Amino acid sequence: MMSESQFSPSDYLDAAAPLLQLPIPPEARPGVIANLERLNEIAQLVLEYPLPESTDPAPVFEP
Amino acid sequence: MSFFDDRGSDASAIAASIQRQEVSATRILTAVIAAIDADDADLNCFTTRLTDTARAEAAAIDRAQAENQILGDLAGVPFAVKDLFDISGIPTLAGSKINRENPPATTDATAVARLRQAGAVLVGALNMDEYAYGFTTENHHYGATRNPRDRDRIAGGSSGGSAAAVAAGLVPLALGTDTNGSVRVPAALCGIFGLKPTYGRISRAGVTLFASSFDHVGLFARSVRDTALAFDLLQGADPRDPVCTTRVPEPTRPPLAPDIAGLRIATAAGYFQQGGQPEVFQAVQTVASALGATQTVTIPEAARARAAAYLITASEGSSQHLARLQTRPQDFDPATRDRFLAGALIPAPWYVRAQRFRRWYRDRLRDIFQTCDILLAPTTPWPATLIGQESITIDGNEILIRPNLGRFTQPLSFVGLPIISVPLHRPGHLPLGVQLIAAPYQEAKLLRVAAYLEQQGVVSVAAA
Repeated sequence: MMSESQFSPSDYLDAAAPLLQLPIPPEARPGVIANLERLNEIAQLVLEYPLPESTDPAPVFEP
Repeated sequence: MSFFDDRGSDASAIAASIQRQEVSATRILTAVIAAIDADDADLNCFTTRLTDTARAEAAAIDRAQAENQILGDLAGVPFAVKDLFDISGIPTLAGSKINRENPPATTDATAVARLRQAGAVLVGALNMDEYAYGFTTENHHYGATRNPRDRDRIAGGSSGGSAAAVAAGLVPLALGTDTNGSVRVPAALCGIFGLKPTYGRISRAGVTLFASSFDHVGLFARSVRDTALAFDLLQGADPRDPVCTTRVPEPTRPPLAPDIAGLRIATAAGYFQQGGQPEVFQAVQTVASALGATQTVTIPEAARARAAAYLITASEGSSQHLARLQTRPQDFDPATRDRFLAGALIPAPWYVRAQRFRRWYRDRLRDIFQTCDILLAPTTPWPATLIGQESITIDGNEILIRPNLGRFTQPLSFVGLPIISVPLHRPGHLPLGVQLIAAPYQEAKLLRVAAYLEQQGVVSVAAA
């Protein structure tokens, strides 16, 4: 898990957007970076919480 | 003059009046069209109007009446739907510019079809945040919907057009969707009833999805009896929606006794008593006092639940729109575009972790409802803010409005609980809502409590 101090949203954006074939319009770039920063902060709240390994994801698929 | 001209009537009163032949469906529709003509240029609720088909449907009701046919429960009652429900014959815009290029829908969404089967007359489609990603209905392409209680203020969102149309008395009944609060937030800010039933309780077939894990169909009404009536008509299995429950529908009427005897009611404490203006917590206290509820219950880890809901929503929403983000990001509303683009880059383990947390949190809520029937919480952290206003001061801190309007709704829809937002009776003040929250599939209990509060005059919809 990346710590917040190591995480560079602009580097991540530059690396990951081509993988998803996502063009980032210049006018959107600051907003996308700000949102990635916010997502990272929010994600830490979820990731740091200890869950039993036996906890399944919520959705259940019925074949 | 029709009694509907005062715009205060609920759907049940209109339906009864038509059944008794005191007024025709055509006369009711004429009044509704006149109201929309008079007010919607300013309120901006409607994105599409269906005046001609509505006239034909109303005339058909009147012919059926003349032939002594049995009329449906909503025969002749005008209604409108958020512009992400498919309406046969027109494209479903979902608040976007891009979807204008879509072909017309060929089939009504199931929820639309069920209300039409009951005789309700569809008069149009209603404004929303683009692709339902927002809480304010300040839509870049279609403009902001104004709050009928103070037209300088937002209606809330994302089903803002639906809430405003009902609050303004343009229609007595409207459909919306709620993923993180998009029925409850605008219902509260506009001062009407907003029901988000249990996840999967109402079919979403023919609805433009946003984040399927949380997408619910919900409804807006001016009375508890209308909420119950519409909910009963909308219930039922639907093979077109894999999420829709196969449980046998459980009608909430009759009787909808305004009776709270035996119900264990508690106020949600901790997280749900922080992060808002004092008046929203006073509103909850007013409702708790009216219900004799003195107990409090702390829902554990609500802030993390909201965080997990945020991640899942961003990830699923961005996935839903990935092809459009790849090919034409410039055509999105700037207010949604940057969040969608960032959401597309969420690592899969974050998403899966959030879905695992969701199951853990669901089990905590199940535990709580072993000892409690109804929980009370604010719907929004503050009343409607000004259109264009970006931030608000809470506890001395300036915080952004758009991402925080869902503070109290998001951790609850996260696990699909049935919730009604009831409008507190506060003449001379901006509307506020209080959430009544129940265990899954216990909508009947919610409606009993809401009916009691309505009978006691604690909650009410102001005259339009």
